[in-house]
Amino acid sequence: MSILVYVEMRDGAVRPVTREVLGEAKRLAATLGGPVTAVACATGDAGLAALGEAGADAVLLARHDAFARHDAAGHAVAVAEAARSTGAKVVLFGASSTGKDLAPRVAALLGVGLAADCTALDASGGRLVATRPVMAGKAYERLAFPMSPALVTLRPKVFAPAAPEAGRTAAVQPLAFTWDAAAPRAVVTGTTAQTGGRPDLTEAEIVVSGGRGLKGPEHFALVEALADAMGATVGASRAVVDAGWRSHGEQVGQTGKTVSPKLYVAIGISGAIQHLAGMSSSRCIVAINKDPEAPIFKVADYGVVGDLFEVVPALTDAVKRMH
Amino acid sequence: MLQVVCVKQVPDTDTRVKVAADGRTLDPNGVTLVLNPYDEFAVEQALRVKESLGAGEVVAVSLGAAGVQTTLRNVLAMGADRALHLRLDAAAPDALTIAKALADAIRGLDAGLVWLGKQAVDDDGAQVGPMLATLLGRPCVSNVSTFELAGTTARVEREIEGGREQLEVPLPAVFTTDKGLNEPRYASLKGIMAAKKKTIEERAVEAAAPHLERLALELPPPRAAGRIVGEGAGAVPELVRVLREEAKVL
Ligand SMILES: Cc1cc2nc3c(=O)[nH]c(=O)nc-3n(C[C@H](O)[C@H](O)[C@H](O)COP(=O)(O)OP(=O)(O)OC[C@H]3O[C@@H](n4cnc5c(N)ncnc54)[C@H](O)[C@@H]3O)c2cc1C
Ligand SMILES: Nc1ncnc2c1ncn2[C@@H]1O[C@H](COP(=O)(O)O)[C@@H](O)[C@H]1O
Repeated sequence: MSILVYVEMRDGAVRPVTREVLGEAKRLAATLGGPVTAVACATGDAGLAALGEAGADAVLLARHDAFARHDAAGHAVAVAEAARSTGAKVVLFGASSTGKDLAPRVAALLGVGLAADCTALDASGGRLVATRPVMAGKAYERLAFPMSPALVTLRPKVFAPAAPEAGRTAAVQPLAFTWDAAAPRAVVTGTTAQTGGRPDLTEAEIVVSGGRGLKGPEHFALVEALADAMGATVGASRAVVDAGWRSHGEQVGQTGKTVSPKLYVAIGISGAIQHLAGMSSSRCIVAINKDPEAPIFKVADYGVVGDLFEVVPALTDAVKRMH
Repeated sequence: MLQVVCVKQVPDTDTRVKVAADGRTLDPNGVTLVLNPYDEFAVEQALRVKESLGAGEVVAVSLGAAGVQTTLRNVLAMGADRALHLRLDAAAPDALTIAKALADAIRGLDAGLVWLGKQAVDDDGAQVGPMLATLLGRPCVSNVSTFELAGTTARVEREIEGGREQLEVPLPAVFTTDKGLNEPRYASLKGIMAAKKKTIEERAVEAAAPHLERLALELPPPRAAGRIVGEGAGAVPELVRVLREEAKVL
């Protein structure tokens, strides 16, 4: 059963989520049968053969000069074409900002359903069943696919990449696809990198979030110092985003980012249902709050009751001393 | 310019989820239904564009059962000119079913801009916008957090991992809206009164074969009970120890 994986690239480099998706494709192939074909949209084949190490048996390259910049509509046509020509039964994407935007376009072109942002796939009964959170993780649904191919995006940081098979290469073949030069398109004119150099919230291993308990934007320096000591990314509750202390991109919760890091530290956050929705699937949760009755303690693995202005600097010092 | 805003009625984010007896759907008892929070940004942006152009029409479209007319009425109270209710009583249709019905309705409208929310907070799909654009053959940018119109070109930004992407888009086009794009207005009393006189046209939609099959809706496994490690700064050494030795996350 042929499985197709979309190769997500930026600035000519394969994005880490692709290795996670290839890892899951390889596990599925063990039950459903292969091969695993990767499809990349790029200006050239640099680095693609090495996807063999991550689990690809073959690579299809949709080559076009316009792909120097991301072009979702162009990629969608190429991926749909690859799905048809390989006879893929399953098409997998990472549920990144790129994959989440691309996969629905491919689904519309192929006229099939898409299970978005899945956290588990199961093919044990010979048919694919996808598990995905709904209502920001307050519930999970299990979906089956009445049509073929089954389209799935996989939540970043949930699926493990396969152990790399050093030296295994995949043959790179050109993919014939339609390029409609006349079609009106959205053109990427530039990108700006976030300042600070911390990993993106949805990709971070550790997230340290602050809430209204910090009392003012200037005290977020405490959160940032702890985040730096832990190699973490900073998150925030909606209360502090709406107050203008932090940017929208940092909001965690039902109307912000959903995160599943290995460690989530909530500082001065009460744990409103909308906040919990965005972070309860974290592997380990730590809460620091002066109110022992705060709902955040109901989901925390470890809690410290106390004044954050004392606890957080002490924790930062202790973490620094570890290294 | 005519603009379309696609809005969905969803359970309030305060909802405590209970699964219905069928094991596949949300128990509707005690659930308050509201305008999807992300769609507020879509409505607001359409109204701002209309205001800045000083002309045009904003049409709100929603697919769902009879009850969605309450939400359409709210959108009319915010300032939309008229509404279209695509009536489908089936529970939780899949994204492609919704997108196809919206596309059929929008094709006849000659819309310069079509607005949707980035995602519906019930299914969290983030699918309908890009699907709809693809079915309409229109350019699309999802999750826009800034929007600027210069003639028939829109300049927008969207957040990507670790940064932001800027795009230029020729109209007609489809956009989905992210938080931060604008500050949605509340309906004024005058708006609420005016909305009572605006029309909601109802059109029936045929239920087609589903593109996905929901086997089950389940609550997440409860998290194992945690513990309070201690109080105040004195608890820090024990916290660091358990994070290293028990949880192995540091
Ligand atoms: C439609 C909708 C969507 C929403 N979406 C989101 C969302 O996506 N994300 C989100 O976060 N919220 C969301 N909310 C808001 C949510 O309901 C809460 O209002 C918000 O999460 C509260 O933020 P907070 O915990 O920072 O503030 P508060 O609830 O005010 O909590 C502050 C906490 O700090 C503690 N504290 C105070 N001083 C100290 C101190 N010195 N030391 C230690 N602890 C201290 C207090 O005990 C308290 O628990 C949404 C709300 C609505 C209506
Ligand atoms: N039933 C519907 N009627 C009208 N618009 C909808 C409907 N469902 C989804 N949408 C629009 O599509 C967006 C994304 O929804 P979703 O793909 O379900 O996350 C929503 O924010 C709405 O703008």
